[in-house]
Parts: sequence; structure tokens; C-alpha cells
Amino acid sequence: MKRKYWAAPYLVWVVGFVVLPLITIGVSAMTDDQGHFTWENLLSIGDPINRQALLFSLAIALGCTVICILLAYPAAMILRSLRLNKRGFAILIMILPMWMNFILRILAWQMILSPNGVLNFLIGKLGAGPLQISNSWIALMIGSVYDFLPFMILPVFNAISDIDEDTIEAARDLGANDRAVFWKVILPLSAPGMISGIIMVFVPAMTSFVIADILGGGKIQLIGNIIEQEFTKSMNWHAGSGLSISLMIFVLISLAFTMKNDLKDKGTTIW
Amino acid sequence: MEEHILELNRISKSFDGKMIIKDLNLKIEKNEFITLLGPSGCGKSTTLRIIGGFEKPDTGTVLFHGKDITGLAPDKRNINTVFQKYSLFPHMNVEENIAFGLKLKKKSKAYIQDKIRYALKLVNLEGFEKRETTSLSGGQQQRIAIARAIVNEPDLLLLDEPLGALDLKLRKDMQRELINIKKEVGITFIYVTHDQEEALTMSDKIVVMNKGIIQQMGTSKSIYDEPQNAFVADFIGESNIVDGVMLEDRVVSISGVKVECVDEGFGTDEPVDVVIRPEDLEIREAGKGYFDGTVISVLFQGAYYEIKIRVADTDWISQSVTAPRAGETVGLYVLPDNIQIMHKPRSEDAEVVRE
Repeated sequence: MKRKYWAAPYLVWVVGFVVLPLITIGVSAMTDDQGHFTWENLLSIGDPINRQALLFSLAIALGCTVICILLAYPAAMILRSLRLNKRGFAILIMILPMWMNFILRILAWQMILSPNGVLNFLIGKLGAGPLQISNSWIALMIGSVYDFLPFMILPVFNAISDIDEDTIEAARDLGANDRAVFWKVILPLSAPGMISGIIMVFVPAMTSFVIADILGGGKIQLIGNIIEQEFTKSMNWHAGSGLSISLMIFVLISLAFTMKNDLKDKGTTIW
Repeated sequence: MEEHILELNRISKSFDGKMIIKDLNLKIEKNEFITLLGPSGCGKSTTLRIIGGFEKPDTGTVLFHGKDITGLAPDKRNINTVFQKYSLFPHMNVEENIAFGLKLKKKSKAYIQDKIRYALKLVNLEGFEKRETTSLSGGQQQRIAIARAIVNEPDLLLLDEPLGALDLKLRKDMQRELINIKKEVGITFIYVTHDQEEALTMSDKIVVMNKGIIQQMGTSKSIYDEPQNAFVADFIGESNIVDGVMLEDRVVSISGVKVECVDEGFGTDEPVDVVIRPEDLEIREAGKGYFDGTVISVLFQGAYYEIKIRVADTDWISQSVTAPRAGETVGLYVLPDNIQIMHKPRSEDAEVVRE
């Protein structure tokens, strides 16, 4: 088949940018300076400092994902109820920040949340007193939610807007009030979108380090920050690779665990 | 006078400035099978949606058991709907679909199980409890939709062209089944369709609608035999509708020929519409009927031939089990009883209501 050749560029891509780097990191993770095989790098995730960073990252990522879900559903429901022309505009407004540079957006939040920033200025005008949000986990959470929210809204909105109006009317006809319509029809039917959203929010929130660097002021250690430091400051690539691989396995396991109950036999494109 | 389960009083509704329903009055009796019949856009579905609570009329009231429910939400009405596109819940299996309404009403497990079994038996799908709805055919899905509505024991079941998406053979079977289901459960059915044959077969009473106005109301037989205006005559079955002049009581002039009929009470020399069903138009030897005409075409239709005959400048359609040859000259005759005379409508959508 001649058409098979068309896949060649993708094959090169997959091998060159996915398989080879993974092997390199894998090898690096399982060897020490002398090139001898060792489990030590992989297991170093269990060190007290690393373990604490991992758990903290998990807490932040989970919190960020939950908040994104809680914000995305009302937004998606409002979008659904808008007329077509307004809807396009509203979606544009929501995803517009995504087109701005990632670092720039985080730096903007640093300005807003700093002790002399816009937020404290406004609160001061109201007669309350400066909030110490800057360089805390709250700042980190705000930044993460802000950055990853569109990745939750879009798949959830797509799933919700795919639900046939007739299906919702049928539920109302059978005696469902607004609440029941949401819990028994809209939520289960939009679950695949929510799962896509969870993957797109949870994974980057779990592994990112830039947001913690900038909004945490160097005081907050996510597992991503520790890995970054292993590579850039300690120059210990073996330890960094080991932690990366462990983190990857950890993320895969926790996602598989979350998805298992929701998916049943419905299957999404993700798995 | 039987009890009216539902009353629509002077309902009007427009969308984007376009009048869909104009000042509609309708009373529905308990345990009736009533059909709203009309072409698409005639307002029949909107009427049904107003009864179901999915649309609010601009003016007018909806009375249900004598109580005003005009502004009541659909979930607060003891009325259930069978939708055209079935609208089953894709994330639930057959059993969960049927149980949906009952679970919301917090019925006991045993009661729900009983009801599911009964409803599946009613729609001839016993043993389908655990099947996924997506694995069912269109006909089966529609049966589940009917079962899902009926288990709630509504006082009124609304059916919005429920058989529209099914093929002809299946539609016929489902028509028979629906009549049986109706007999079995004793619920008042309001049925919407644009298929006149379906309406004639199933209904106790037919409401013919056009342009948001009720054109005629009555039993299948009265609607078919005595259409009140040209629209109804044209829409229900096939008809020859020709111009005539009422010369005096019981005599109408068609194409200049005096024809005997049974209608009275028209003005002298009043222009009228004359309706003759094709099966009532007899073909005879030339000279033995009211008019002589030339056979233009003969189409074999299975049970009968459809024959087109030209008399002067008027074309007539006749149905007969024997066929003349095309080009032959034949005579046309019609029994006085089979002629229906109608006033010319004053305007295109003049209202004619007859109980």
C-alpha cells in the first residue's frame, strides 16, 4: 500500500520525539554516574523531601482540577443557553487568555497578588487589610486554576452542547426539575468531556513548576520544581530522570484509578 | 356531556413575529384518541408543546381537569410525551429509561420492577430490560419511549409524530399496537401527525389544522365524507375539487351541466366548490353519464386503476377496478349522495369549525 508512506513523517516524529527521549530518560534513570544499573534514582521519590513535594503537588493538582470542574460546569451551562452569535463571542473571551504567553500571564498574577498589588490596593480601598496571598499556596492555586480553566471549559462545553435538547425535554416531561435534569442527564452525558478536561488539567497541574516558581516565590516546592533543580542546579540528571519516570508512573496510576469507575464500557478517545 | 380533561381557550402563539397559532379553542374529552392533523408548519406540534408545557402561549389559557396550568412547568404536569426522535437517555439501558420517571417519584423498587415488566409486555419487548438503547432498532426505541411514558400513568399522553421515522410496514404494525395500548391503559391520547391515513385509521376524533387555525373537527368518517372546506377535502384523501354554480337546492351546475346533488341552503347562482372522491366517480359508456370526456392516462395502483379523464378544460381523477384504454371517450356519473358542495372560502384561511 502506497499510502503507508504518508505515515512516515509521523513515525519519525513519534520515534524521534517520544520514544527515543523516553528511552534516554529511562536509561538515565536506571544508571548511576559510573553507568552501573541502579534502582536508587527511581526510588528516591520516597525520600522525605521528595515525598512531601509529591503529596503537595497531588493536593494542588486535585484541588485545581476540582475547582476547574466546579467553575466549568456553570460556565458551560450558561454558554449552552446563549444564542448562537453571543455564544461564539463568549467562548472567544474565555479562551482569549490562552493565546497570551503563559509566563506573561503568571507574571501578571504575581503583580496582582503582591503585597502592593492591585488586589491589596482594592481591598485597602474597602478598608480591609492587606492580604498575604503572595508566595503562598493560595497564589499557586489561583494561578493554576486561571491557566488550566479553559482546558476544562472547552471539552465540558462541547460535551454539554452535544446533548440533544429533546433529551432534556424528555427528562423534564418525566418529572425532572432543573436539579434532577442536571444530575441525572447533563452530568452523566457530559462525563466524557469532563474526563478529557480532568486529564488536560490534572496532568499539567501535577507536573508544572513554572507557576510555583513565579507565584510561590521559591518557597513552594512542587515535585516539578525538585526535578527542575536536579537538572539545572544539582546537575544530577540521573536523579532527575528517576524522579520524572516515577512521577509519570504515579500520574498514570492515579488517572487510571480515577477513570476506572466513570468510564465503564463507554470508552473515550483518551484511553 | 362527558368530562373535559383538557381545554384550550383562545390560545395564540407566535415565533419571531410569525403567527403559529391563532385564537385556538379545543376541548378534549376523557379517554379519547384525538389526532391533530395538518401539514408541517400548521401549528399542530406547537399546540402539543403548549399542552406539554414546553411552550407558553402568548395569550389564552390551558385548563387541565378544570385547573389553569398555563404557566406550569412540564415536570409539574401529569402529562407525558412520546417524542418524534424517541429521545431515550443514551447513558441508560432500557430498564433505567423506563424507571426514570418512577424513580423521581420515589416509588418502591418492587413497584418499579412490576411496572417495567408490565410496560415491556405491553409494548411486546419482554426480556429487553438490560439491553442498551443504542442497540435497538427505531421501532424498538419508539416502543421503549412509549413504555417510559406510560409507566407514569399520565392522565394525558401526547404523541408527537411518533411513527414518523419508521418505515411503512412497521408504521402499520405500530398503529395497530398503539390502538391496543390505548385500549389497555385507558389513557387519553393526543396524537400529532401529518399523515392523513394514520389519522383516519387510529383516531376517535380528528382535528384538521392549517395555518394555526382549526379547519374542521370530527370523527374520521365525517371528516372524510363531509369535508367543510377545500383545504380539508384536499388534505384528507384524494379529491376532485372543481368549480360549480349552485342553481337551486339540490341542483349544481358543473362545466355547464346540471348535476343532481343533496345539498340545500345555498344562494341561487352561488359559486361553490364541488368535491367528489375519485372512488365515487363512475366511468360509464359515452353518453350515459353527466359528461363525456377523453381518457388521458391510466395508472395501475395495485388494488385499483387511477384514471385521468379530461372534460372540456377540467381534469377528473377516477379510481376503478376496470380500466378503459387511454384516448377512449367515456361517460362520467356520480350519485347525488357522493357530491359534497362547499362554500367558496371568503379568505384563504377562513375558519370552519364543526363539532
